[in-house]
Amino acid sequence: MNVEWYIVLSALLFTTGAVGILVRRSPMVILLCLELMLNAGNLALVAFSRMVGNQQGQVFAIVVMVIAACEVVVGLGLIVALFRRKLPLNVDDLRELRG
Amino acid sequence: MTATSWAWLVLLLPLLGSIFIGLGFRVLPAKVAGVIGTAAIGLAFLCGIGALLCLLGEDAEARHHASSLWDYASVAGLNIKLGIYVDPLSVFMVLVVTGVSTLIHLYSYGYMQSDQGYHRFFSYLNFFVFSMLLLVLAGNFVLLIVGWAFVGFASYALVSFWYRRTTATRAGMKAFVINVVGDIGLTLAAFLIFRELGTFDYGEVFAKAPQVFHTNQWSATAICLLLLVGAFAKSAQLPFHTWLPDAMEGPTPVSSLIHAATMVTAGVYLIARTHTLFVLAPTAADIAAFVGLATLLVAGTIALVMTDLKRAIAYSTMSQIGYMIMGVSIGAYSAGMFHLMTHAFFKALLFMGAGSFISAMANKQNIDEMSGFGKAMRFTSITFICGGLALAAFPGTSGFFSKDEILAYAHARGGMYDIFQILGYFGALLTAVYTFRLIFRVLPGRPCKEAQELIDTGHLAHETPRNPATGEEEDTEVGFPGAEHHIAEQSPPMKIAMGVLAFLALFAGLIQVPGVDSVVTSFLEPVFADSPLAAIEPSVGAAWVGLGIGAAISLAGIGIAYWLYVLRPETPAALIRRLGPLHTFLANKWYFDELIDILIVRPALAIGRFANRVFERFVVDGLVTGTAETVRGSGGVVRAVQNGFVRSYALLLIAGFAGLALYFLLSSS
Repeated sequence: MNVEWYIVLSALLFTTGAVGILVRRSPMVILLCLELMLNAGNLALVAFSRMVGNQQGQVFAIVVMVIAACEVVVGLGLIVALFRRKLPLNVDDLRELRG
Repeated sequence: MTATSWAWLVLLLPLLGSIFIGLGFRVLPAKVAGVIGTAAIGLAFLCGIGALLCLLGEDAEARHHASSLWDYASVAGLNIKLGIYVDPLSVFMVLVVTGVSTLIHLYSYGYMQSDQGYHRFFSYLNFFVFSMLLLVLAGNFVLLIVGWAFVGFASYALVSFWYRRTTATRAGMKAFVINVVGDIGLTLAAFLIFRELGTFDYGEVFAKAPQVFHTNQWSATAICLLLLVGAFAKSAQLPFHTWLPDAMEGPTPVSSLIHAATMVTAGVYLIARTHTLFVLAPTAADIAAFVGLATLLVAGTIALVMTDLKRAIAYSTMSQIGYMIMGVSIGAYSAGMFHLMTHAFFKALLFMGAGSFISAMANKQNIDEMSGFGKAMRFTSITFICGGLALAAFPGTSGFFSKDEILAYAHARGGMYDIFQILGYFGALLTAVYTFRLIFRVLPGRPCKEAQELIDTGHLAHETPRNPATGEEEDTEVGFPGAEHHIAEQSPPMKIAMGVLAFLALFAGLIQVPGVDSVVTSFLEPVFADSPLAAIEPSVGAAWVGLGIGAAISLAGIGIAYWLYVLRPETPAALIRRLGPLHTFLANKWYFDELIDILIVRPALAIGRFANRVFERFVVDGLVTGTAETVRGSGGVVRAVQNGFVRSYALLLIAGFAGLALYFLLSSS
């Protein structure tokens, strides 16, 4: 089993997520794309862990999952709050913090 | 108790009095405040006598003590103690200051009775005495400057005591500003002393100076000249004298205490105190002597034509301080200090008398309006004549012995110094004439309206209160003189003060009669023992010849005044007509105010205006607004990035991250 394939897959997933964040406007989809990028990172970590032969990378992957879960909670909470206040679910319209 | 403990008590009492009266002004009845103020100074005088007795109980050589309470400042090789220096000179000054101050407090107790600012007056007055004592007792130059500045402030506060009179507040400011010029001179002198000698302490400075400086070394001369700036500004010598006549806007007891008897003599004390330095810088000492001489002549001529009673006496004060400055500068130290003492007595007395007359005139000060007070106010007139006789150096009075001692010394020193004697005698003639001009204008003759009223009814004249300088109407509330006036005849405290001073003015000279006794000289001798000039002494014969000449001149001056103002009262007017330009010149005080205005005030104003219009507008404003504009502009650039589009932030993030990754990839291969 060669580690390159995992890396290539991870890179593809990461790029998909990054492009998704750049082109989509729905906060929901952006959140999904973020998850995709985090999981691409996870995949790379696990693959390298297998390659090197110790468990440190896997431990990192678990930490990343915990952080991802937290992030989703905050992100979804924001989306629910936006929905409740009847604000547009479109990140380009939510720009009150511009300089 | 030791001499220094007494001296600390001397300092403490007036300070406590000032604070107590100042804080308790709502609670204390006016009379109590006056009693406390007077008692504080009186007790300080007694403590001064305690210090004197302590000193007299010691050997002459051992009569100097330093004492300090704590370190005033201690940094980087600089150690300044809150210390006092007690020696015959400082004790002499303490006795003169507290003694005369006690009497003037007593006088003020009666004189200021109806003034709404009675507590404030006594609080200020006590503070002044404290500052003056700090000045004379200070044990190092730093504390001297503290006392020096304090008396400047006290003078300001008391000149502007009637603070709702514009003329008074202006006079106060003028006094303060000119005094600050002097403070700067003194401070620079202290800096130079520290640079050259590495210490501020009197004892160390005077011990080191003769080893460090050689005669007329430029740094010693510079120190002395800067000290002289301080001395001249405080003692109203040319060209810093213009504040003193204006300071007569203050209440009369203030003129008597600060602007005649004590504060203005601080310059004389300073020169006497630093005589060690002046011996090393004879050029500076000669300059001081010539300035003193010039002041005594200029002020004497102005006093001849002043029609304002208090201002005439103020010019006389300047003139007499000129004698003292001249004396201590040419080396007649103890004679100068002796004249300081006798002058304090008779000049304080003259001002008290003037205050009494002015009260009787309902605050008018113009001698053209006064006449015939000899009959109306017997006591004031007699004491005024006593003071006048002493000022005019009438044979036997105190001023006679003290003034002639300075002049006899000038002659004994010989050479160029004979000039001081000759012109000093001319000044004495002027003194006698202007003093008796005042007396002959005010006392004899047909009583004026106010004097007549006093004779007929025993009541003082009352008029709408007016500013004596401008004639403006004013009220009698706080910040203005009180409604009632007080004259010595009707006020026992004033009577006592004037009586004691009249006695001293007449007889204080007898403690130092050439060939008979020399109380002051022998007491001060240890202080000045290190000066070679102190060893010069006129022979008894020469001194008596000098006294004889002085007596003749004094009598001649009185005679001239009698002839001019009593026998031929029409001659002065004729003289004024004949010598019109000269009279205008003198009446305008030699145009010194105008000269200073042109030389200093206007250029300073022009520079200020230039600085405001050009420097401030373009340079300062340019710097400030320039900085602001730069920050705002660069902020505008960065602002464009913060556009609120989440996706553009993400793009920047990703692009940046990709750029970094690319950089590391490329640089690692």
